[in-house]
Amino acid sequence: MKILHKGYLTGPIIGALWALVMSVTLGVAISFATGAAAKPALIGSLILGLATGFARVRIANRWAADAVAVIVALALMAVGLGALQFDDSFNFVWRVALSVVLAGAVSIPLNSILRELRFGALTRHQFEDAVIRFLTGFGYIFFTAIVVIPFYVMVMTSMKSQQQLMLNPLDFSIDLSRGWHLFDSYYELMTQFHFGRYLWTSFYVSVLTVLLTLLFSVPGAYAVARLRFRGQKVFSRGILLIYMVPMIVLALPIYIAYSMVGLRNSILGIVMIYPVTTIPVALYMLQGYFRGLPVEVEEAGLMDGLSRLKVIWKITLPLALPAMASVGLYVFMIAWNEFLLAFMLLDDPSKFTLTRGIASLNSSEIPRQHLMAGAVIATVPIMALFLGLERFMTRGLTAGAVKG
Amino acid sequence: MTDISPPKGRGALARREARLAWGLLFPTIAIVALVVIVPLLAIFWISFKPVTLGDLRPAEIRTRVALRERGDQALLELRVINPSREQEMTKAALNVTLPEGVALTGDLPQGCAMDGQDLSCDFGTLEAGANERFRVDAQVNGDTREAERAMRDAEVTATGHVSNVLTNSTFTLDNFRQLFSGSEFWSVLGITLFYTVFGTLGALVVGLFAALLLNKSFRGQGILRGLYLFPYVAPVIAVAFTWITLFDPYSGSANALLVQMGVSEGAINFFGAKPLALIMVTVFEIWRYFPLSFLFILARMQSIDTDMYEAADMDGASPFQKFWYLSMPQLLGILSVLFLLRFIWTFNKFDDIFLLTGGNAGTRVLTVNVYEQAFAVSNIGAGAAVAVVIFACLLVFSGLFFRTMSREEGL
Repeated sequence: MKILHKGYLTGPIIGALWALVMSVTLGVAISFATGAAAKPALIGSLILGLATGFARVRIANRWAADAVAVIVALALMAVGLGALQFDDSFNFVWRVALSVVLAGAVSIPLNSILRELRFGALTRHQFEDAVIRFLTGFGYIFFTAIVVIPFYVMVMTSMKSQQQLMLNPLDFSIDLSRGWHLFDSYYELMTQFHFGRYLWTSFYVSVLTVLLTLLFSVPGAYAVARLRFRGQKVFSRGILLIYMVPMIVLALPIYIAYSMVGLRNSILGIVMIYPVTTIPVALYMLQGYFRGLPVEVEEAGLMDGLSRLKVIWKITLPLALPAMASVGLYVFMIAWNEFLLAFMLLDDPSKFTLTRGIASLNSSEIPRQHLMAGAVIATVPIMALFLGLERFMTRGLTAGAVKG
Repeated sequence: MTDISPPKGRGALARREARLAWGLLFPTIAIVALVVIVPLLAIFWISFKPVTLGDLRPAEIRTRVALRERGDQALLELRVINPSREQEMTKAALNVTLPEGVALTGDLPQGCAMDGQDLSCDFGTLEAGANERFRVDAQVNGDTREAERAMRDAEVTATGHVSNVLTNSTFTLDNFRQLFSGSEFWSVLGITLFYTVFGTLGALVVGLFAALLLNKSFRGQGILRGLYLFPYVAPVIAVAFTWITLFDPYSGSANALLVQMGVSEGAINFFGAKPLALIMVTVFEIWRYFPLSFLFILARMQSIDTDMYEAADMDGASPFQKFWYLSMPQLLGILSVLFLLRFIWTFNKFDDIFLLTGGNAGTRVLTVNVYEQAFAVSNIGAGAAVAVVIFACLLVFSGLFFRTMSREEGL
């Protein structure tokens, strides 16, 4: 590593790597935006990055680096070695413009990544800071891409028609001129596939699950957190152990039992089983929160003559409202997203939950955009809830240890 | 003289508190026992039994009683069927009231008796798949057609007992023998381990990277944090189908992109070709669960005392040194807890692989195998045997987990 602590090595190497990242990013972005090919090329990217990085540490002036980047990018393009290889659908103006954009995308961030580097020997700090800045830039692009692209694909596919999908899978644009016809798939799902009903079923099943879960887990969590009794330790461990039991192991006997007593294909059966899968998590999260509440407030209540249950009702619960909101949201999310039990226990289309309804769309006879529209319908409500109440949700997730 | 000493044992107050605690816990204990403990016991029971999907609905006796005319002679025809192909039916019996004006003149079949207009028959034991027919001469007074119709409408009560495999005392080790003898089990175990180890480690490393990125305040940090949680919050069925769409060999964007960029010659079947499918489901697992590790690691990072870093700055520690010698030891606890928890959860994961590949193309993990055995092959006993194996593994893992947990009570 020591060998690399030289400005004239670090600069060009980081420059080359960054240019590679940028040309791939830009190439993918252009392909998705236009459906035409803009191939990132290894050699061209490396040359562009090396030159820009070298210029940045040698001249130590940001404008100089920008100028070098633009000149090198255009020169490479002229000799056919450009960092982006365009196909024939791009005319000359476009090629020049995109090359300049690429040069900017390489040199402007590179200017700040390499900002403290001198041409000669570097201190360990300077070197590592530059590497970290490079990794940070790469990280933001990487993570944003891997998260945004699938979700964008989901929305975009749901708004296309069958021919558009087959025509060019690379075309990521949404044809706004179709107006309301963009939502044809949604309309069909709602009218012909009863998604309105599934949405409603999912909603009330989730709400009931949240209520039942809180009803059972709040007293239990309070007991584990506050009251002294034999087996308290074993109990709080036992809760965690239970929520590690894989669902599929339980689903099989539950399926058998439900088949025998006739609870399959009934919402009642689902509402009975969902809370049980969430009670252990909720109990675990809530007891952690109850432990954090000041015990003195409750003791004051006890001294003033309230009974234990009254203390819980009048003092602890109002204090624990935010925690209950977090837990409730988390449980809602689990119930809303639940797939396995709904899939195994529900066969009757009139009783489907949303996830089960989407699973029924996965057949070769039903067009892809319907499936994706279904996915969007299931995702949007939970996302809206999540974004609106992100603070609660994040706390709920962190408190909830790790639920698969 | 009164004895002044600290109270011994549990006083009335402590007892009352304990009683209240159990009272508060009782509903939870009861329901969890009902839906977790009982099924767990059931799965052990079933794993030793030769149960198939068909056995869930026990076979019922089928009968038909009809009045027919052959020439001038009226006949009463009785048919008794045991629909079960494997099991004999005991105590098969039938009861029917003949319409007015119909009298039996011939010999009654063995076990049958008339009492006024009531005909009752006891067939004893019916072989598996038995389909027996008895004919008795009859005499009809009045309109024959009318009598035939009345006979058709007459209510027949028939009973028969088929012993239920779920509750009888037949036990077998075949499920386990079959499971361990085939080479399939070991390949399934290998696939499960690959998926679990790399899925867990991957999610942890990627999550650590994301946490490092967001462990500084800048404008838009909150937005990015929310965005990076999307894969975890969205319903698994939605994101799994999106991945399938994205990586479809014919109309998927990923393939089109790779072909266009010149990375691959033709379409790649991401979820259908053998080693690639396993890698893809592992990548999906990492993608879907990195937000969780990132959230936990970030929470832990933000609680690390900044004084320590200032001291390290004074001593001239470089950024990497600070990360390696200061942050990492602080994060080791949460990382090990996360690793074990995620390991267990990835091991238990069913939905993701089931939706992405259905366990085909070399991605069948243990949990998917439970489903395959129980429902695709409709051998519930074999499925239960796999579930028992999963449960045994789980016990080992959670033993490890609680060991680590007691050291890291901080979570």
